[in-house]
Amino acid sequence: MPEIKEKKDDLLIVSSSPHIHTVENIPRIMHNVILSLFPPMGVSVYFFGMNALLLMLTSTVACILTEYVFQKGRKKEITIGDGSAIITGLLLALTLPPAFPLWAAALGGIVAMSLGKHIFGGLGYNIFNPALLGRAFLQAAFPVMITTWSAPLTGSIPVDGVTTATPLSLMKFEGQMTPYLNLLFGNVSGSLGETSAIAILIGAIYLLYKGYINLRQPFSYIGAIFVSGGIFWLISPDKYPDPIFHILSGGVMLGAFFMVTDYVTTPTTPLGQWIFGIAAGFLVVIIRLFGGLPEGVMYSILLMNAITPLLNRYTRPKIFGEVKVG
Amino acid sequence: MAPDGEVTLSKDFIKGLWKENPVIRQILGMCPTLAVTNSATNGLAMGLATTFVVISASTIVSIIKSLVPRQVRIATYVIIIASFVTIADLFLAAKFPSISKALGPYVPLIVVNCIILGRAEAFASKHPVHRAFIDALGMGVGFSWALILLGSIRELLGFGSIFGFKIMGAWFTPWIIMILPGGAFITLGIIIGLINQFTGSRTVDTSCH
Repeated sequence: MPEIKEKKDDLLIVSSSPHIHTVENIPRIMHNVILSLFPPMGVSVYFFGMNALLLMLTSTVACILTEYVFQKGRKKEITIGDGSAIITGLLLALTLPPAFPLWAAALGGIVAMSLGKHIFGGLGYNIFNPALLGRAFLQAAFPVMITTWSAPLTGSIPVDGVTTATPLSLMKFEGQMTPYLNLLFGNVSGSLGETSAIAILIGAIYLLYKGYINLRQPFSYIGAIFVSGGIFWLISPDKYPDPIFHILSGGVMLGAFFMVTDYVTTPTTPLGQWIFGIAAGFLVVIIRLFGGLPEGVMYSILLMNAITPLLNRYTRPKIFGEVKVG
Repeated sequence: MAPDGEVTLSKDFIKGLWKENPVIRQILGMCPTLAVTNSATNGLAMGLATTFVVISASTIVSIIKSLVPRQVRIATYVIIIASFVTIADLFLAAKFPSISKALGPYVPLIVVNCIILGRAEAFASKHPVHRAFIDALGMGVGFSWALILLGSIRELLGFGSIFGFKIMGAWFTPWIIMILPGGAFITLGIIIGLINQFTGSRTVDTSCH
């Protein structure tokens, strides 16, 4: 109430809570998340060249335009400046294969924003992670295109457009392992942003340092994958890959730090976050080892997104002094 | 009702096309709507078969309405509907075996299509024969156009054709999802959402309740 302040300083100002304000708001957090995505983006451009950059641009522009059209059409406040559409576009592009056609990436962005977010009422109301929903649509619509992987440009054959298999398909269909060092640096084939564990960790450490994400969700997710993958490995080391391979390959790192930690589509209670992470991690291993697909990160997170409201409801902390009735 | 009989008849017909359209307004008969509309031809065939059954069943129900005891009316309706569904099923199998095969179990399942039982219970059993006939015709045509629209969109995006005619050129990559069950839900949801958005009516005055 500015007019009261101007009158007299010695007035007692009575206001309702909250009394402590913070400078954090949605645009500020979102812009920092975009900043934290720069390492994986940079690595993808380094390994996969110009098409990686074009894919990120296309899907981001598609997301921003879709958000604008929806908010204009429904006569709502235009919020394309808050950065959440940019994050969806970037995350979608980071989950696509490097040689993916640009028009299809644009279609994915439109689907992610319209069916994933604005159908439900916009930011904060969506049930599913919009970027993953867009990718799930693309996977169902273009199953061949989305599994056509190209080799990194710095590989043994420095030619543009060589197709190859991802570490996970090599493991699943040919029983062949990829060295850990390649998985750490990202010198393998795969989706744009998932190949380099180190680049993702740099972005994640920044987010942890700023306090935008907590360790609970990534830790429970990666831990569950490590433990359940490890159990199968101990049962039959020849048949199943070791747990370190599980957590370094595929989209586990990207999913753990940028999608399992999404504010909107994952539980808000600490217990709910533990359950979410552990169950999703377990699903990844089950899909990878026994499902038809080599990778299960996307579906594990989308499936758990669906029961997030239920988790929020049943893990609500007890109110102080609450008495159970009946 | 005698003086404005003509007006009422045309109203009975028109309401099934748009205002009380079984698919996009009443959201009835979702099983065939979602399951068989992966091509325009299948949508048309299912629409025509259902139209035949709903017209025949409504007419018979209206004729015998004073003879049927209240307690056993639903069972009677179902037997009438099942008889006509059997006729439609055998006719399709004899004359159009390929369509019959494409529709699979969904032709016999017309028996449990709630549009037909709904019209018998809510309209035909309370109104004279000519009105019951016109009402059923309107509902059948309304159901058919919704199925053809849904089937055309899904076939166009999923195969690049409509009624089997190639529309899209060689540049077009089919969206496989549109001919999968997921595509049916997405397409129908978008159609209903757009219609609600642009006609601004969310509340529906259905005669089924």
